[in-house]
Amino acid sequence: MARVLVLFAHPSFSKSRVHQRLVDAVPDHPDLTFRDLYEEYPDFHVNVPAEQALLSSHDVIVFQHPIYWYSVPPLLKQWIDLVLEHGWAYGREGRALEGKRVLSAVSTGGPESSYQREGFHGRTLSEFLAPIERTVTLCRMEYLEPFVVYGTHRLSEEDVGHEAERYRSWLLALLENGAGA
Amino acid sequence: MSLESFLADAFVYLAAAVVSVPVAKRLGLGSVLGYLLAGVAIGPFVLGLVGAEGQDVMHFAEFGVVMMLFLIGLELQPALLWRLRAPILGLGGLQVTLSTLAFTGIGMGLGFSWQEALAIGMTLALSSTAIVLQTLAEKGLMKTEAGQRSFSVLLFQDIAVIPMLAVLPLLAGHAGVGEAGGHGIESGHGTTTWIAGLPPWGVALAVLGAVTAIVLGGRYLLRPVFRVLGRTRMREVFTAAGLLLVIGIALLMMQVGLSPALGTFLAGVVLANSEYRHELESDIEPFKGLLLGLFFIAVGASIDFGLIASEPQLIVGLTVGLLVVKFAILFLLSRMFRMGTDQGFLFAFGLAEAGEFAFVLLSFALQEGVLNRGTVDPLVASVALSMTLAPLLLLFNDRIVRPLVGTRVEETGEADEIHDENPVLIAGFGSFGSTVGRLLNARGVGTTVLDVDSDRVELLRNLGLKVYYGDATRHDLLETAGAANARLLVVAVDSPERTLRVVETARKNFPGLTILARAFDWDDAHDLMEAGAEHVYRDTLDTALRTGTDALQLLEYRSYEAFRASRTFLHHEEESLRMLAEHRKEGRSVFLSAARQRIRDLEDILRADLEHEELERDAGWDPDSLREEYGEGPPPGDPS
Repeated sequence: MARVLVLFAHPSFSKSRVHQRLVDAVPDHPDLTFRDLYEEYPDFHVNVPAEQALLSSHDVIVFQHPIYWYSVPPLLKQWIDLVLEHGWAYGREGRALEGKRVLSAVSTGGPESSYQREGFHGRTLSEFLAPIERTVTLCRMEYLEPFVVYGTHRLSEEDVGHEAERYRSWLLALLENGAGA
Repeated sequence: MSLESFLADAFVYLAAAVVSVPVAKRLGLGSVLGYLLAGVAIGPFVLGLVGAEGQDVMHFAEFGVVMMLFLIGLELQPALLWRLRAPILGLGGLQVTLSTLAFTGIGMGLGFSWQEALAIGMTLALSSTAIVLQTLAEKGLMKTEAGQRSFSVLLFQDIAVIPMLAVLPLLAGHAGVGEAGGHGIESGHGTTTWIAGLPPWGVALAVLGAVTAIVLGGRYLLRPVFRVLGRTRMREVFTAAGLLLVIGIALLMMQVGLSPALGTFLAGVVLANSEYRHELESDIEPFKGLLLGLFFIAVGASIDFGLIASEPQLIVGLTVGLLVVKFAILFLLSRMFRMGTDQGFLFAFGLAEAGEFAFVLLSFALQEGVLNRGTVDPLVASVALSMTLAPLLLLFNDRIVRPLVGTRVEETGEADEIHDENPVLIAGFGSFGSTVGRLLNARGVGTTVLDVDSDRVELLRNLGLKVYYGDATRHDLLETAGAANARLLVVAVDSPERTLRVVETARKNFPGLTILARAFDWDDAHDLMEAGAEHVYRDTLDTALRTGTDALQLLEYRSYEAFRASRTFLHHEEESLRMLAEHRKEGRSVFLSAARQRIRDLEDILRADLEHEELERDAGWDPDSLREEYGEGPPPGDPS
């Protein structure tokens, strides 16, 4: 059993086709905390002590967000900047997060084939996520394989439904054993 | 009548109402039945507290019906009335015609002459506007299909009374000399009216003139008058003006031989779009309620149990026959007009009784010599009895019939909505309230606005905004503005005292509302939170913070740094406010003058500022600690 914290960042959630369904699929479970960052901090004024307390009380952290310009939405970057403080999350004294696991749950507009060395974008998604991976490992945590919904521009409603189901099972597996399915 | 006996009577009637209505409501019987039973109780056959003057009281109290029609008119926009024309003319016309024919046929079958039978038929075709509308409104059924249809039929009946009164004298000539009867509100006859000596075309002109006067006056004259009155900010003047309007129209209508109820209804419709609608509604409402209650009591008191006891078969037979025939026709019509079964039952049970107009028509028929007393008295008794049974029939429908046919409890007849049902109420529409309102409207959120400045209301309405004149510290006004169904109340009135009163009133009467209140200083913010406002906004706080931010920028702080500082300060401020509110609750017993309290608050705030290290904390972007740790050698993992 693991306690899971989903940190969700989406600046235009009300217009999102995929993430609304994904969020609906998040299981209602006592060990899972879902936190909607844009709802919490419309003025980007992240409450550092509150966020740190939440991190401390969970074992697994999920960053759920769409990929914008090969990166995280700005509020999530703001959150990383402010919450992962030197001396708390990293540095000689910073061991608060040691041993926790972090996973990204992301969506991309382009199909999986475009995220290949020889594809349109010239890199794999894991390569684009390198800054996150390094941030996580610098904080003495483990970065696991992400959950990815590729090609959202072309997904039918039915496909999105399948992806939502898949996300649900993935989260349930995290709750069960602390690692992705 | 001496003052003392007047007061004694008033005492009896009011006491009867105060005792019986809560009991009836408690038993789930509705207020109408409570009033009627109270009337029976104080009437000559039980306690004997009221006697012959009961008839006068009834005629006086019928004015409650006039007021009710005015209020109904106020809620009925002309466009909605136009949409209801088919049910009014079709359904209402058929109901009155078929019922009249049926009763006339039965009457002739029983050996009455056709003239007498027709007079009886017309009389019994009508239902009780007062009982049906009051009961339906109380049960919240006015917006259902059956409610709207019932209203349409009742409206047609109110109109139909006029030709009926005109026809009755023509049927005379059988019952001998007319006897003196009471003059109901429907009849200007017997008193001198303006039109008494006029030829028919003159009468027509007078009628047309009166109606035109109401429409034009309502549209062009009343609003400026109300605006001037509103400017005095004296509520009782406004109430007086509302009553004056209703009484004046009633008098005018009686002078030209029209139904005063119809005239005031028309005036109500004309004013339905006006900004003074809610204020008028809540001014007239208590008078209407009292008079209607009085009316129901008088009906109860007027039931002649002596007659019923001496001829029980006749009266009971008449009453049951009356109810059965009307019910059958109404239910048939509900089928023809494709109403649902449960709605059909509600409609038919509701309108099956005879109405208050029957008293008027019967006494007029007696006076004109169409019917004789031997016919009229049993009819009056069974009309009163059927009216007393009407709420019981609806109760029977509620408890027994509907569960059997039961499909839908209520329908949300979207097309025929009467009230404004905006999710947000804004009290006060000065620069504060109007900014809130404009922001919401820009996102397509509907707002209902109340303001006490009549000039401002006029101006804003000319700009096409939905603004009403009215004092939001009154719960009845909040009620008519839709507070029971709204989600949010934004209190943006001009003074701390009034703000607090609005919050207290709203909290007490509408627990479902979330209240957002504008506060003026710390003290006042605390009071508002204690009074139950969920969200409190200090008037000057955001402006002050913006000023402070600009000051920092002018001192060469970076824009973003200054902005962050002000946001941090704002969050800190809100937290302190909640914390101090708790403090104050605990320290209640300690006596502190308001001024001392303010100084202490300020002291607490400043101390909290000093202790609050988070004010300085943007450490994630601060390289100091990093330089300290890694300054000596090469940084192994500097993220900045």
